[in-house]
Amino acid sequence: MSEIVIEPVTRIEGHAKITLFVGADGEVTDAHFHVTQFRGFERIAQGRPVHEMPSLMARICGICPVSHLIASAKACDEILGVAVPPVAVRLRRVMNLAQIVQSHALSFFHLSSPDLLLGFDHDPASRNIVGVAAQAPQLARDGIALRRFGQEIIERLGGKRIHPAWVVPGGVSAPLSEPQRDAILASVPEARKIAARTLEWYKENLASWAEEAALFGSFPSLYMGLVHETGNVAYSDGGLRVVDGRGAHLLDGVDPRPYWDFLGEAVEPWSYLKSTYFKPLGYPEGMYRVGPLARLNVADQLGTEDADVELAEYRLRLGRFPNSSFHYHWARLIEVVHCVAMIEALLSDPDILGDDVRSRAAVNRSEGVGVSEAPRGTLFHHYRVDDNGIVQWVNLVIATGHNSLAMNRSVLQVARHYVKGDEVKEGALNRVEAVIRAYDPCLSCSTHAVGQMPLQIDIVGPEGQLLRQLSRGAG
Amino acid sequence: MSAQQAKPRLATIWLDGCSGCHMSFLDIDERLLDLVGRADLVYGALVDAKEFPEGVDVTLVEGAVGSAEDLRRLLIVRERTRTLVSLGDCAITTNVPGMRNSFGPGPALERAYLQNATLNLQVPKVGLPPLLPESLPVHACVPVDVYITGCPPSADRIFQAISAVLDGRLDEAAPETKFG
Repeated sequence: MSEIVIEPVTRIEGHAKITLFVGADGEVTDAHFHVTQFRGFERIAQGRPVHEMPSLMARICGICPVSHLIASAKACDEILGVAVPPVAVRLRRVMNLAQIVQSHALSFFHLSSPDLLLGFDHDPASRNIVGVAAQAPQLARDGIALRRFGQEIIERLGGKRIHPAWVVPGGVSAPLSEPQRDAILASVPEARKIAARTLEWYKENLASWAEEAALFGSFPSLYMGLVHETGNVAYSDGGLRVVDGRGAHLLDGVDPRPYWDFLGEAVEPWSYLKSTYFKPLGYPEGMYRVGPLARLNVADQLGTEDADVELAEYRLRLGRFPNSSFHYHWARLIEVVHCVAMIEALLSDPDILGDDVRSRAAVNRSEGVGVSEAPRGTLFHHYRVDDNGIVQWVNLVIATGHNSLAMNRSVLQVARHYVKGDEVKEGALNRVEAVIRAYDPCLSCSTHAVGQMPLQIDIVGPEGQLLRQLSRGAG
Repeated sequence: MSAQQAKPRLATIWLDGCSGCHMSFLDIDERLLDLVGRADLVYGALVDAKEFPEGVDVTLVEGAVGSAEDLRRLLIVRERTRTLVSLGDCAITTNVPGMRNSFGPGPALERAYLQNATLNLQVPKVGLPPLLPESLPVHACVPVDVYITGCPPSADRIFQAISAVLDGRLDEAAPETKFG
């Protein structure tokens, strides 16, 4: 047996490598997706005052700091024992939706569109957003503009695009002004147009990716996400639903806070990323997926008109429970349509300008759990504090960890098809990486560590000897 | 630089950081397209180069040096880079990664993998880079030419710094940052 190592994995958000184990017959027998960095936020937070937590926890991730701000603030709300004013609940929602739009834009346009537009076998030297700009300038400009749309909303609400200090325990630190509200609403039509024309482009080209769509993590699994009582998708609040891909609800409308009742966290010796599993089915049978693909499988509807029309077409073409991770891309674009519409709806209510946005309290409880949907899936922050509000213990269960088992299985599926022996074409390795890109993993978050996810592929022989390391040279 | 000459070669790398400095770099928005007209982006999170190339004119380094792998990569980057930019507070002061320096990597790893896990409790080690006893700022490991402070530095400051360095105006790259 031999090993193929891809290092670094490129165009993903973090440090990682992939090891493919190749048997004597040249067939890939196993695959490991290793996350290679670790930061230790669960220990770093110990000893910090609880009011500092949202701003500290935002530093887990520069891509989705708002997701951590929201989950952290919700855990702190519980510890304070306060009711967050309704206006603040809605303002937090707006920022969370803007965060999802900008992160989805980064994933789709900046990281994955080079594969989709230029081809998985395209010359790696120009298989990037610069190459996209050369061939399809409108697509590149749209990606930049859509990401800017989300980032500008975050800045208008919180004063800063990355790590705003505006989401605080008990609410938000300042109300939304009328001029800022109007400026955001004025930017909505362009975002809506970009989302619509990108979806049209994607749907027109879907047939050309049929081979990848059939192989990129195409298998049954469970799916998990938050839903409102209506069954519509939820991002900042709501109950947890787990479905099995055939229509059965294993959990529905369940309070997500006692996550330890239904989720376990397993450690593998070869990755800093823990693998979360659905406890009733055990490990690894309790494999489930989260994020855009899962949210669309879990929810009955999205709840805004244009997005639900897109969702209907998606389900008409792919079935009610699409099980290929390639379709994360399409699901992501539909979510953008929905999030833009939700932002407009929330801001069109004049009450959003209300100035009662923060409840103040000292520490009233010793424990709190905050849950929200990050762009990549369900996020849990769990804190314990002493009577003075000094943090004693923290556990974080992060979206990318939920997808760990499925990502490993997806890498194996793609590698088994495209990798034979140790003669491997560059385009085959790129496909192994591309299936990881479809999940849009955030490795900063997942090990509470970040990096630009270098990917190395090791080819390991039957006796465990390293036969070959594959990595692409730079220009 | 005349049209005949090759465009300057720009790279970015992130070590032990949150990627927020890279995101702030992307927040230059449409100016990104102008920038890639002036310089070739030869390494970084957006491109597919697997090895850090030779002969890079400017490299932006985000993050502290937290693991043996970070240090190994940084030494290669320094050797192959003309102007090295320490980008953001983690690179300059260690900032958040430095918060584990008071107790070291052991307790952090134990918390994550021995206490906050339910199955196969163990500290992962196979094929993974070990953490350094303490996180280090970039300039403690290699010489740094330009410092840009902030958590993260704003997009405007990053763009101004890159433009100045590409134009050879090193003194104007980060006029607001003074040490010593």
